[in-house]
Amino acid sequence: MPKTIREINEKIRKGQVVVVDAEEIIDIVAERGPERAAREVDVVTTGTFGPMCSSGAFLNTGHTKPRSKFTRVTLNGVTAYAGLAAVDIYIGATELPVDDPENRIFPGRFRYGGGHVIEDLVAGKDIELHATAYGTDCYPLKEVHSWINLKTLNQAVLTNPRNAYQNYNVAVNRDSKRVLYTYMGVLQPNLGNANYCSAGQLSPLLNDPFYKTIGIGTRIFLGGGIGYVWWQGTQHAPAVKRAENGVPLVPAGTLAVCGDLKQMDRAWLRGASLVGYGVSLAVGVGIPIPILDVDIVKHCAVSDADLLAPVVDYSTDYPQCIPGNLGWVTYRELKSGKINIKGKEVPTAGLSSYAKAKEIATILKEWIRKGQFFLTEPVAPIPGPESGQTFNPFPMRPVT
Amino acid sequence: MPSRKFVLTFPRSLVGEPIIYRLVKDHDLVVNILRASVSPDEAGHLVLEITGTEPRIQAGLEYLDRVGVGWQPLSKDVTWREDLCTHCTACVSACPTGALTVERPSMRVRFDEEKCIACELCLPVCSYKAVELHF
Repeated sequence: MPKTIREINEKIRKGQVVVVDAEEIIDIVAERGPERAAREVDVVTTGTFGPMCSSGAFLNTGHTKPRSKFTRVTLNGVTAYAGLAAVDIYIGATELPVDDPENRIFPGRFRYGGGHVIEDLVAGKDIELHATAYGTDCYPLKEVHSWINLKTLNQAVLTNPRNAYQNYNVAVNRDSKRVLYTYMGVLQPNLGNANYCSAGQLSPLLNDPFYKTIGIGTRIFLGGGIGYVWWQGTQHAPAVKRAENGVPLVPAGTLAVCGDLKQMDRAWLRGASLVGYGVSLAVGVGIPIPILDVDIVKHCAVSDADLLAPVVDYSTDYPQCIPGNLGWVTYRELKSGKINIKGKEVPTAGLSSYAKAKEIATILKEWIRKGQFFLTEPVAPIPGPESGQTFNPFPMRPVT
Repeated sequence: MPSRKFVLTFPRSLVGEPIIYRLVKDHDLVVNILRASVSPDEAGHLVLEITGTEPRIQAGLEYLDRVGVGWQPLSKDVTWREDLCTHCTACVSACPTGALTVERPSMRVRFDEEKCIACELCLPVCSYKAVELHF
């Protein structure tokens, strides 16, 4: 007998809900079988914590006296986008300080940027705002130089146009004779190492491969507070090749998420400095999956041994958009510390923290058990494989 | 025989002195230079693994004190900030000595300061500046 989200919420209210995380459900389904597991378990919690460049925050500072319409803004020296309303700004995670040397002395260190501004805001630190404006009759003040603090902002909304990537590449350096510095970390020559970036069996969209329960309006754990899915993420590409278990064999679905920065915690929002590449933000996301039927629980029972990631060359193939890969490996192999690529044993390392993903799934489980977090019915689905939607390249039309 | 790792700091005036030779010749210590940064007219740093009986190591350290070479155990100079570490594990494949490892199945990173040789290979790999070097 299928369950409904309303029934699960009633159980949460009564303190009778059965919640396990996406790691624990694997053994439960193996031992009890999917039918019994679907009857006995109400919610499976997932989690992920990795650098996700497509992140940022909308901030409203309130009006200065006299009023000002910010034209150019920096926060701790990092450019924020001011092309919104008078005192609305957007700080993007990958933005750099105005005078950052970038990669002029290669590899650049990228010690501070937008991701760190967001981390500092959440940590409660004062942030130095410098704004200039051209001045109008209604907004006469032409320069503002002031400290701001998260607690006095009117709104601070973490807004990630893309997060929770459903599967991702394993990056290697096949061709270059030098060390490569990429968004997938430092890659040694001659297949010297392989870096992966997914929580595997704990990752939200790997547990709901066809987006049957996660959709627009889904309430989630975001950065230590409560957030929501507001759209499909940018580059959402559900119509990709999938394994027999329905899980994509290449990067596929993504989610756009948002939440109140004021509720969040520095432990789950961390500025990241990727040497030679730039700045990013590691974001903690946890998504509950309501076990409404047997199919849903079967998908949640997927384990690292069943999840495949493509090994992609980042020396030539990725930068030059040459399709294909060097084969697939399982997340179990990746987490073992070594994989085999074309007969060579290659050490592996992660960029996404499985340990933190597990902590997030555990926190979300506790919130639900304690009746502090209720599940939501999506108000609309995000496109599935049937949409035919793919991630298309830039159709370049050079201007001569 | 016990083996210990130290960071030696040479003032500019001592850069020309054969300090290591004295440690070997006069104090009968086996020294393994793990890292050296010595340039003329600048203070120098040396990461050294010293093997010998405990009394001989002590005598060697007293000699360093006498001539004015600063020293302290390497473990004091390399710190892994667990509060900053996200346990992403990116450092683990970069670490040549197994000082940074992953506990399985929890996938938590562990740092064994005894195995660290201060090679600094983990520094650029860590996105969260969780390994700090203080010399």
